Amino acid sequence: MVAIAGCGAPGDPDEETQTVAVAAAADLKFALDEIINAFEAEHDGWQISVSYGSSGNFVQQIRNGAPFDVYLSADITLAEALADGGFADPADVFGYATGRLVVWAADGSPADPTAGVSGLVKDDVKTVAIANPQHAPYGQAAEAAMRTAGVLEELKGKLVLGENIAQAAEFAQTGNADAGIIALSLALSPGLRDVGAFSEVPLDDFPRLNQGGVVLSRASESAHIFADFLTSPAGQEILSRYGFSPPDGEG
Amino acid sequence: MDWDAVVLSLRLAAATTVVLLLTGIPLAAWLAYSRRRWTVVVEAVVALPLVLPPTVLGFYLLVALGNRSPIGRWWIELTGSPLVFTFNGLLIASVLHSLPFAVQPLMASFAGVDRRLLEASTVLGRTWPATIVKVVLPLSRAGLVTAVVLTFAHTIGEFGVVLMVGGNIPGQTRTVAISIYDSVQAFDHATAARTSFVLLLFSLVVLVATYTINRRGRPAWPRP
Repeated sequence: MVAIAGCGAPGDPDEETQTVAVAAAADLKFALDEIINAFEAEHDGWQISVSYGSSGNFVQQIRNGAPFDVYLSADITLAEALADGGFADPADVFGYATGRLVVWAADGSPADPTAGVSGLVKDDVKTVAIANPQHAPYGQAAEAAMRTAGVLEELKGKLVLGENIAQAAEFAQTGNADAGIIALSLALSPGLRDVGAFSEVPLDDFPRLNQGGVVLSRASESAHIFADFLTSPAGQEILSRYGFSPPDGEG
Repeated sequence: MDWDAVVLSLRLAAATTVVLLLTGIPLAAWLAYSRRRWTVVVEAVVALPLVLPPTVLGFYLLVALGNRSPIGRWWIELTGSPLVFTFNGLLIASVLHSLPFAVQPLMASFAGVDRRLLEASTVLGRTWPATIVKVVLPLSRAGLVTAVVLTFAHTIGEFGVVLMVGGNIPGQTRTVAISIYDSVQAFDHATAARTSFVLLLFSLVVLVATYTINRRGRPAWPRP
């Protein structure tokens, strides 16, 4: 048993192998999986390992020493904060997309997602899933959208909080929540696009979700090459197919 | 199914079990036989992980082992790599989290050993450690088996502590339980269902095996 415990992670004998560990915002789940496939097809023997979660939680983990090379946040200010904290060179912060917000509901749900955020106030909608605004940028955006629509106080009692935006989407997808205010990228993903309907929340109704990332100080050159791929035309094409607007674009 | 995660969980559970046997046996023996007042407090501390929410333990461990803590900094100086979000960090967390699952069954069976045998052993000149190895352990087979099985199975199924101290890094700290959580969030219910079913079967087989071994002298599968 000691021998099992002592053995290292399975290594690739190929000495060309480059591994990059990425911490990514949960709204990137499907787009980034495809981007990684495209990248690995182009770069033989490279391995991109990715963890998805809430952007705010990743900041905590990186501050405590989590071994990530690239951090892809749903909110560029969090990436900037890591650079300010000495975990990366401020020059290595980059924007890669603008996130968009939708009201989503599964087929057969009492909620009518086409009525937008204020449509969720009606009585048969009992629960609305959002990401936890305490640490997830999409949760903060959803809260801002409700405030703009003037329904935040009315909806407060209905909110169920996902640990991150993917969990909020999962609550809505399984029907455990009647509706969700989630990322457009998830509404367009294979698991959701055929089983529900959505309408986009106008971009002016919440502070712009400038999604940005940063290559962390501990990373090697390969991490920069992967980060550059995200902002390359090939990476941007995949991101746009998943409902992301270009960074700093007009939406 | 995420085989990396399965292998990692098995490695973690095996290592946790080994560490907890090496440390748990002397600790349980001390708790079972010492007459000092402080044993009650130690006993309570050992039992804490049973009642503490895993996130509380995870939070304290993150703070205590993190790169800004004295222990974390000392470890980095010693090995060059951080303790949290690595296998070693997970191992420490799992050992603490599974502590009562090893120590309590051991303590119960040690306490059940006839004290006259212990006294005879001591009178005949055996040291305490030798008495534990030669007399107590052979008479505590059921407790040993229970401790090993519960520690191993409990570590495989651990979630909250692993998520907080491990950080869900593929191949390094993403255990089976976290992999199931990820599958659900990726709307991949088929994979989540498959992995969950394997874990359910595993747990059942493990428990049936334990109860079979522990039915000393009685048939394991009595005829009706």
